[in-house]
Amino acid sequence: MIDSPADFETPILEMRDIVKSFPGVKALKGVSLELRSGEALGLIGENGAGKSTLIKALGGVHLPDSGDIRLAGREVSLRSPSISQSEGIAIIHQEFSLAPNLNSRENLFLGKEKTQHGFIDYRSEEEQARILFESLGMKIDLDRRCCDLTVAEQQTVEIARALASDARIIVMDEPTAALSQQEVDKLLAIIEDLKRKGIAIIYISHRLEEVLSLADRITVLRDGETVAEETNVSGVSKKQLIEWMVGRSLDEEFPKRNPTIGPVRLSVKGLSRGQAVQNANFDLRGGEVLGIAGLVGSGRTELARLLFGADKADTGSVTLDGEAVEFENPRYAIERGICLLTEDRKEQGLILVHSAVENFGLPNLKVFVRNVLLDQGKERTAFEAYVDSLKIKVSSVSQQVGNLSGGNQQKVVLAKWLQRNADILIFDEPTRGIDVGAKYEIYLLINQLVAAGKSVLLISSELSEVIGMSDRILVMREGRIQGEIENGQGTTQEAILSMALDT
Amino acid sequence: MKIFGITKIRLGDYGMVLALLALCVLFSLLTLKRQSGDGFQAVAELINVIENKLPKEQVVLVVGAVNTDSAALAEAVYAEAREKGFERTRLLVGSPRDLRLVLDELIEEEAFLGGIVTGGDAAKWLVWDQIGQNYPAFAGVRIATPSERLWPDFLKASNLLAIVERIVVIAIIAIGMTLVIITAGIDLSVGSLIALSAVISASVVQILGGPEASGWVVALGFLSGILSCGLIGLMAGGLVSRFKLPAFIVTLGVMMMARGLAFMTTGGFSIDQVPDSFVWLAQGRLAGIPNTVLLLVVIYGAAHVFMTRTRYGRYIYAVGGNAEAARLTGVPVGAVVALVYTVSGLAAGLGGCLQASLVRAAAPNMANMYELYVIAAVVVGGTSLSGGSGKVLGTLIGAFIIAVIQNGMNLLGIQSYTQMFTLGGVIVIAVLLDKARQSGGIRQFLAGN
Repeated sequence: MIDSPADFETPILEMRDIVKSFPGVKALKGVSLELRSGEALGLIGENGAGKSTLIKALGGVHLPDSGDIRLAGREVSLRSPSISQSEGIAIIHQEFSLAPNLNSRENLFLGKEKTQHGFIDYRSEEEQARILFESLGMKIDLDRRCCDLTVAEQQTVEIARALASDARIIVMDEPTAALSQQEVDKLLAIIEDLKRKGIAIIYISHRLEEVLSLADRITVLRDGETVAEETNVSGVSKKQLIEWMVGRSLDEEFPKRNPTIGPVRLSVKGLSRGQAVQNANFDLRGGEVLGIAGLVGSGRTELARLLFGADKADTGSVTLDGEAVEFENPRYAIERGICLLTEDRKEQGLILVHSAVENFGLPNLKVFVRNVLLDQGKERTAFEAYVDSLKIKVSSVSQQVGNLSGGNQQKVVLAKWLQRNADILIFDEPTRGIDVGAKYEIYLLINQLVAAGKSVLLISSELSEVIGMSDRILVMREGRIQGEIENGQGTTQEAILSMALDT
Repeated sequence: MKIFGITKIRLGDYGMVLALLALCVLFSLLTLKRQSGDGFQAVAELINVIENKLPKEQVVLVVGAVNTDSAALAEAVYAEAREKGFERTRLLVGSPRDLRLVLDELIEEEAFLGGIVTGGDAAKWLVWDQIGQNYPAFAGVRIATPSERLWPDFLKASNLLAIVERIVVIAIIAIGMTLVIITAGIDLSVGSLIALSAVISASVVQILGGPEASGWVVALGFLSGILSCGLIGLMAGGLVSRFKLPAFIVTLGVMMMARGLAFMTTGGFSIDQVPDSFVWLAQGRLAGIPNTVLLLVVIYGAAHVFMTRTRYGRYIYAVGGNAEAARLTGVPVGAVVALVYTVSGLAAGLGGCLQASLVRAAAPNMANMYELYVIAAVVVGGTSLSGGSGKVLGTLIGAFIIAVIQNGMNLLGIQSYTQMFTLGGVIVIAVLLDKARQSGGIRQFLAGN
């Protein structure tokens, strides 16, 4: 009945004036959106704008306080995730919900196994799995455990699972955050294909170029309200989207800076570790932002971990201010003024179950000790200064850091290293999953740091960010530094990409 | 939670304390009965009798039943009467048979018995009614007892001390266990370490002096027991941190090895010839306060300050919260892990000394399954087995909840099988409630979020 022409006029999904409050916060203050089958809706907004709450209302996790949800014109009450699923809504979260130790076929049919006489019918499951993956244009080994699949493959399994359960609406939350450019292109192709099959997509992303290239309509949320609903996507610019999101105009994406490059601080010669990093040679100077570009898996993070002492190098040497150093573990690197802002904030950067101020204090406790005992007042005062200067949004300094938005979490990580007064800052994907406003603040901070003579090593998958922020750029491919680019006006993303892909 | 619409408090933060108080109130009500007093007031009352109601020149017999509050009462009355110059006061702490012997003695001496004061359990002896018949000479003697009052058995000083003695070993070891569990580890070896520490310290004392050993020898014995267990803890912690072995397996192995070592040390026998100073550790008093109570207060105070106000305390929480993030932030993760198992070993060593001192003997098979009671105390006290959170003082409350339940059931005469069943149920319910608290309330918890 979905396919009948009359129905095509009614939106497959309509959410009207959705209001949802939590103790102390009004997360949604009357949000509306609509979606037709075969359409992709780009849902954008800064962190904390209400996107996740809205999606949770759609997924049956939160019941709205007021407002209606209509599916193909029929009013529904999505009281639980299972009701939502049976209504044909599938949500693919940023953190996948696959069982890591089961293989892709088992995951595909988890909870709705095909059975014959009470036993699992492997043959028909395999048959259907193969058809599904083929239709998505991906070859996936059905017997591999999901934890051994790449991120892109896991994502495909999630999408296939949604299709296997006859989903009519698929929500994707930041699907490209951990994908390489080729994988992103492949995903976008899959989405186009799904649209042709009449499936409606809600696409949430901070990567505005992607949203602009695939969305048929865009809904922008800010502070729990719909600030824009745009159906004429081709007429919208990225700048316009950003202005809607932040509620003011941003003149430029990357703040300007006049570099004053100092002497060589860190010198790396022949650094290697297995296949991951091979014979890395480069210098890092004071007052310099050195960008490292490359595909996911090209050895950027592994190189950073070697410099920080998180892993041990097989061969090679590192000199810091002319003195050879070898860090047994991160503690010694930190003592010598090197810090690493890890790519994975939640698993490696923060202790999510602890408070913001405790996370901030952890590497700085020596400073806050007086006569053996910790001076918690001093620690708190120091952190409060950063809460002000970095504009960290916390309800109190002892708020659990796991409850903060991505941008604010990142600022807590920044605060702890700034308090350490590190000289060499390695930033691994510092703006991943962070909204535009917070991104800009982090860029400003990087500029302030190098202006104060410190050195920044900036690793990023967003080429525009590497080009916009760096003085020099190293491009890595398959564990090797493929080339070095003196960053000037003429540097293009294509030039870097061709080096990263070796074409 | 709103109570009477006025105050907004989070019940969960104090839930365990409230549960403990509720248990105390419950057992107090259930064990409430009329009894002859034995407190300070009773002492004053009896002294008043001696001073004003009894003839001064005659013998006054102060009687207490052995090993009860009544004995303490008699001793206190006797001491004070002596101090006030009633030199003819005599003290008897013993059984009704002892009383007869003393009365016979008095008759032989042809002494004049001016009166008898007694209280507590001794006041209930049946002999009092028969004194007139058996000793016509004392037919008219006045027998004074303090006035009766309504008071729960549970709240008697001797019972409260019994609770402390019952739990002191577990509570002290539970400090080490709390630290270990906060780092997301577990230490199954503590029960065996109790026995090992006990037999090592008793053996040292036996070899260096036997029952006549001096206080210094006893101190040396205790120290060697405690340090050996600390060393074993350090080795276990080293294996866990250096080679990333699962704590469960390592400490399971240590548990069996330590128990074996304990049997090997004594050849399977128990050591019960120990000097009085050996017993002083757990049964003595310092400035009138029982040593066990002092130890609990001092050690828990120190552990609380360590965990909340020192660098390494913070590191312990950080390692349990996320070991990799802690390492990348510069926390010496290996040292922290080794430290907590060492502390756990030291605590178990001290626990072993206390246990041996309490029972006046060291046996290689003692403290069987204590590790489970220790873990139960930690968990009931609100420390999560997944690591990263927990409070030392919570553990103290948890230990007391277990002890109070056991004690209360004893007072009510409940069978030991039933007790075990109940205690197990309480542990499960405590964890359930704690989980409910974390998920924001009973209702959300039942809804499955």
